[in-house]
Amino acid sequence: MITARRRRRKVSGFIGWGFAWLASALVIFALFDLIVSVVWHGVRAFHWSMLVQPTHGTAGGLSNAILGTFELVIIAIVFAAPLGILGGVFTSEFAGSRTAGIVRFLAEVLSGVPSIVIGYFGYLLMVLHWHWGFSALAGGIALTIMMLPYILRTTETSLRQVPHAQREAAWALGMTRFQAISRAIWRPAAGGIATGILLAIAIGLGETAPLLYTAGWSTNYPSLHLTHDQVPYLTYVVWSYLDQPYQDARNLAYAAAFVLLVIILLIQLGVRALVWKTSGYGRRDH
Amino acid sequence: MRRVSSASKAADRVFKVATGICASSPVLFLLAIGIIVIVQSIPTIHYMGWHFISTIQWNMGSLYGSMIHKNGVSVPSGASYGALVFIVGTVASSVLALIIAIPVSILTAMILAYRVRGPIGFVLSILVEILAGIPSVVVGLWGILVLAPWVSHQFGPFLRSVFGFIPFLGGSTGSGYGLLTSGIVLAMMIVPIITATARDLFRQVPLLAREGGLGLGMTTWETVRYICLPFIKDGLVGAIALGWGRAMGETMAVLMVSGNAINILPHNIYSPISTMAAFIANQLDSAQTDATGMAVHALSEMALVLLVITLFTNLLARFLVNRTTRRRSVKAGANG
Repeated sequence: MITARRRRRKVSGFIGWGFAWLASALVIFALFDLIVSVVWHGVRAFHWSMLVQPTHGTAGGLSNAILGTFELVIIAIVFAAPLGILGGVFTSEFAGSRTAGIVRFLAEVLSGVPSIVIGYFGYLLMVLHWHWGFSALAGGIALTIMMLPYILRTTETSLRQVPHAQREAAWALGMTRFQAISRAIWRPAAGGIATGILLAIAIGLGETAPLLYTAGWSTNYPSLHLTHDQVPYLTYVVWSYLDQPYQDARNLAYAAAFVLLVIILLIQLGVRALVWKTSGYGRRDH
Repeated sequence: MRRVSSASKAADRVFKVATGICASSPVLFLLAIGIIVIVQSIPTIHYMGWHFISTIQWNMGSLYGSMIHKNGVSVPSGASYGALVFIVGTVASSVLALIIAIPVSILTAMILAYRVRGPIGFVLSILVEILAGIPSVVVGLWGILVLAPWVSHQFGPFLRSVFGFIPFLGGSTGSGYGLLTSGIVLAMMIVPIITATARDLFRQVPLLAREGGLGLGMTTWETVRYICLPFIKDGLVGAIALGWGRAMGETMAVLMVSGNAINILPHNIYSPISTMAAFIANQLDSAQTDATGMAVHALSEMALVLLVITLFTNLLARFLVNRTTRRRSVKAGANG
């Protein structure tokens, strides 16, 4: 009687954990299937010459889209990094716990706004109302809104991990809060802030929806005009060239997805390797 | 004692104000988005009223014909903007995604929190985070290359033959582009979000509570099932709501696999659908051809509806997650 019950409980435990392992395996299998199938199609479609040729018609290369993507992300990071880092500094160093909570909450709400809504907002305000047209600046600002909450949060989290004693030591030397932050406190947090910015760049590289209505598309190289000049970007190639009935166009889409995936995986893995190295696992003597 | 010079005092003050301004930028962006989207939807709100969310006919009208005037706005004749198809598509695909994602991510989170540690745990956590970082167009590409054919040829017919008697699971299995594929793709995109949040919640369960369960002779599974899971229930609901908001706002992946239905409601889970976010993205070219600008306003109202729904789920989610976290961290001590 008791053994039967014990066996039943044991079996249900086995079944429960079995399902749990199955679920993890499913997630990892899906991830690998995704990466393998995209890389498989991408590698067969990819030519090195795509990296130096611009798109023309339904075929050609990706160099204009790659440059355009970088232009958009650079513009976005120029706005998002100072806003996010300084905002994070305020939340962690100056704000009381109530204000900090409110700022953190609003940043989280902003990160929950659907990306297409941000893109459409950019279209209504910048493209139509301010007459910028589809342009680098409009696309860059739309990406800024995507990245800002992320950078703000990571900056705040890494500053919060700096021990309070370090601040007190700086203040005891007669430093003002600004001097303490700019000379002492930011140093231990720099790694975390850099990680946040790199991951924000990875997010920006992969975004499509905020750019559809703000950056437009062109087969020319992106120019240095910030407004009135459409900008090509990689994710657009993936989305739009996939629908074309020509094999060349689809190959271009596969290649674009492959290039995008490689860049993003490199950034992600690079960042994780850094975290690994500075966390406990890579450095036991700490 | 050396006094702090007035210059550095001034610098301190300037710095504090500058950081304060930067910290207020999220709320400024939020306000700007809200105001612009609301102001731009006013003409459609005047024109359609509540019919916007209760009718299924989306028709831009005759763009070359004469204008008609109604309720103080001029629109192309025959224009009708009913978003019900897209609202239904958004809710149906995101709920389907949740049905798939909830068990998968909670079980995965259990493994990540309690079963693996050290380097293997680190690598598994990284894999989940990498999944979160895959761009949505790439997930959409995977949906087109792998998922849609699989759903069309294998999974769809299988579901129909086994569960065909259940409403919405029978009927024609279609081309693979539709509700089911969208749901799976969306599940793929929200699993990492729910998993990461649930894993952190599981780790906040105090060790004493778990040890208590083990000490009573419970198996590890029973400890997780009857102690940890009830312990973090509120937070889990929050994590799920967070994933739900994300699923409803997701654009590109759904746009690529949903089949882009228009003016027709789905009749089973294989039918083509369209979501609000995907439809806005899809209308990029046609909205600009409307000389009255009404199509732009109509899409703006769609963005407004989407914004309101996602903000509401997000607020609910943050409220639930934060409440759990705060309560637990008080109990668990300074480490929380």
